[in-house]
Amino acid sequence: MSKITGAQMIVKCLKEEGVDVVFGYPGGKVIPLYDALFDSDIRHILVRHEQGAAHAADGYARVTGKTGVCIATSGPGGTNLVTGIANAHMDSIPMVAITGQVSTAQIGTDAFQEADITGIAAPITKHNYLVKTIEDLPRIIKEAFRVASTGRPGPVLIDIPVDITTELIDENFKVDINLPGYKPTLKGNLKQVKQAVKIIAESKKPIIFAGGGIISSGASDILRKFVKAAKIPVITSLLGMGSFPETDQLSLKMAGMHGTKYANLAFTETDLIIAVGVRFDDRVTGKLSEFAPEADVVHIDIDPAEIGKNIKVLVPIVGDAKIVLTDLLSEYEKYTKKKGIPDRKEWLSRIKKLKEDYPLKYDRKSSKVKPAYVVEKIYELTKGDAIICTEVGQNQMWAAQFYKFTKPRTLVSSGGLGTMGFGLPASIGAKIGRSDKTVIDISGDGSIQMVSQELSTAVTNKVAVKIMLLNNGYLGMVRQWQEFFWNKRYSQTCIYNCVDFVKLVEAYGGVGLRVKKKDEVEDAIKKALEINNLVLVDFWIDREENVYPMVAPNSSISEMLESV
Amino acid sequence: MNHIISVLVENKSGVLAKISGLFSRRGFNIESLAVGTTDDEKISRVTLEVNAEKHSIEQIIKQLYKLINVIKIQELNPLNIVERELVLIKVSADSKTRPEILEIVSVFRANIVDVAKKTLMIEITGNSRKVKALEDLLRPFGILELVRTGKIACTRGSKN
Repeated sequence: MSKITGAQMIVKCLKEEGVDVVFGYPGGKVIPLYDALFDSDIRHILVRHEQGAAHAADGYARVTGKTGVCIATSGPGGTNLVTGIANAHMDSIPMVAITGQVSTAQIGTDAFQEADITGIAAPITKHNYLVKTIEDLPRIIKEAFRVASTGRPGPVLIDIPVDITTELIDENFKVDINLPGYKPTLKGNLKQVKQAVKIIAESKKPIIFAGGGIISSGASDILRKFVKAAKIPVITSLLGMGSFPETDQLSLKMAGMHGTKYANLAFTETDLIIAVGVRFDDRVTGKLSEFAPEADVVHIDIDPAEIGKNIKVLVPIVGDAKIVLTDLLSEYEKYTKKKGIPDRKEWLSRIKKLKEDYPLKYDRKSSKVKPAYVVEKIYELTKGDAIICTEVGQNQMWAAQFYKFTKPRTLVSSGGLGTMGFGLPASIGAKIGRSDKTVIDISGDGSIQMVSQELSTAVTNKVAVKIMLLNNGYLGMVRQWQEFFWNKRYSQTCIYNCVDFVKLVEAYGGVGLRVKKKDEVEDAIKKALEINNLVLVDFWIDREENVYPMVAPNSSISEMLESV
Repeated sequence: MNHIISVLVENKSGVLAKISGLFSRRGFNIESLAVGTTDDEKISRVTLEVNAEKHSIEQIIKQLYKLINVIKIQELNPLNIVERELVLIKVSADSKTRPEILEIVSVFRANIVDVAKKTLMIEITGNSRKVKALEDLLRPFGILELVRTGKIACTRGSKN
């Protein structure tokens, strides 16, 4: 039998898991692994900072549904991944992070570039491993992919000492996975499902609250069928956007701090929330004691720890969103066949009125370049068919508000962790995962400067991402809070004119365009979409434009600040 | 209120750190902790005593279940368990006080495990109340050192 090295075994195992692209950055303790990758047909995307590798793997996972893989060396390589791993953890994104480690003999000696990465990453991973013998390696890799991609997905870290990657092992060595404590519940309890159906049928004013769980379980189609049958309006979380078409009259878009006023009011009036794959984050609920005061809650989630964590739940259903919704629909049809279809006319006309009375708005007549106008034009010119990545802050909220998401896996945004600098590397991963799609990073001038070195990654790997930079020379969201709640004391939030973004992207070999006037917006977007290269459009937007509506922190979501 | 949680885990390095890390991250203080292998050497039992509200305990149990190496969790009903801790107490003792201490020790069915010129070491097992009672009675003689194990507990009757 022929022997291979641990590094070759890693590559072999990755291929068995269907991995065809990895994002990473080499270093001393992963040279053997990179040597093995050199001979492999796995595509390696060399980033310029390990954080970029983690975010790119994350973006790749979000658009493909596959597990994203990133690689970094020991010590600083691993610690640079940390933000990206935490980001994936908060948003339940399947990821396997492989880090090099000092040799088994050196562990614990404060060796050069040694860091206890499994210890550091414990609170931000679904699971992690330090490989101690080469015989454990194939099993651990298999387990890591299983854990990352099933149940509630999440990142798994594998820390591999360098000596294990050079040791030899039988090429066909195999050990079965052994996870006695890991059995995610997929099928919901049918009794609970039936109880939920009864409550739904009896509800006068129900709302479906759809989250990222719908997207990760592939439940968008069944959700649409259920909504069609039950005629229940749908609110999404930020991560749930695209799970239900926002062009549908039953869509209320996103609720919460910068959600639509009609969604927030619908939450306040509803008597039943059917929550699927959401975790009632504080950015959605606002002041918890005043959230949805009239509502009972049916909560469907694959993670039992999310049920009852923030909100009192009447009917808990632990299970996979797709499987539970399928059961829910068939039970609902049976029930209504017997007992008749509930009359929702009054509620639906109330919803219609809320949407008419409180539309999202901005000053359309303004001659300035309004960010909302830019996002609307991006929507029009891509016919709503692009993958939209965002940074974090005002740019992210304008993208969420003014682009109409109609398909799952078309919004790539850092929800839970709120990671500035996520969008550019994530868009690179997204474009590599879906090269057939137009991939746009709606960006801010603060966020992009956290990761601007990844412009180089995009150009050298021929990843034609389109960056729409909403440039206001401010750390805009923090400035907005300072304006509203801190007496306009703009402490450390003005970054005006600190870099020429057009020259910056050109320096990396991309194409830069600048837009200072409203009537240039459309042409610039068109041009950017036509160029087959990395393009950055630097929109000089109205500098002190705010994101409206807004719920002040710790207030009820029914009370929204609005533009005058 | 104090709760006793019994957790079966895979006997692997790092598992205890993951469990204790989870408690500290979520702001819980572990009052007592005992770890050891079960009849199956691949499986360890971690017995934890935690002070928390009911809702918090439910949440912490759900969070514990999310740890991949955790196999089973039980919150033990204090009315239906045998609960024990072991304590070693070194107490000052001279020829005058020794007889009185020996008498107390015998009433508690505790053991003398070391005798020196000026000290006695006493070993006691029992539930917290019994241990506390002995501790209080010995205190006037001068407790020099006291070492206790974490609490362990087992439910009465058939295996559940």
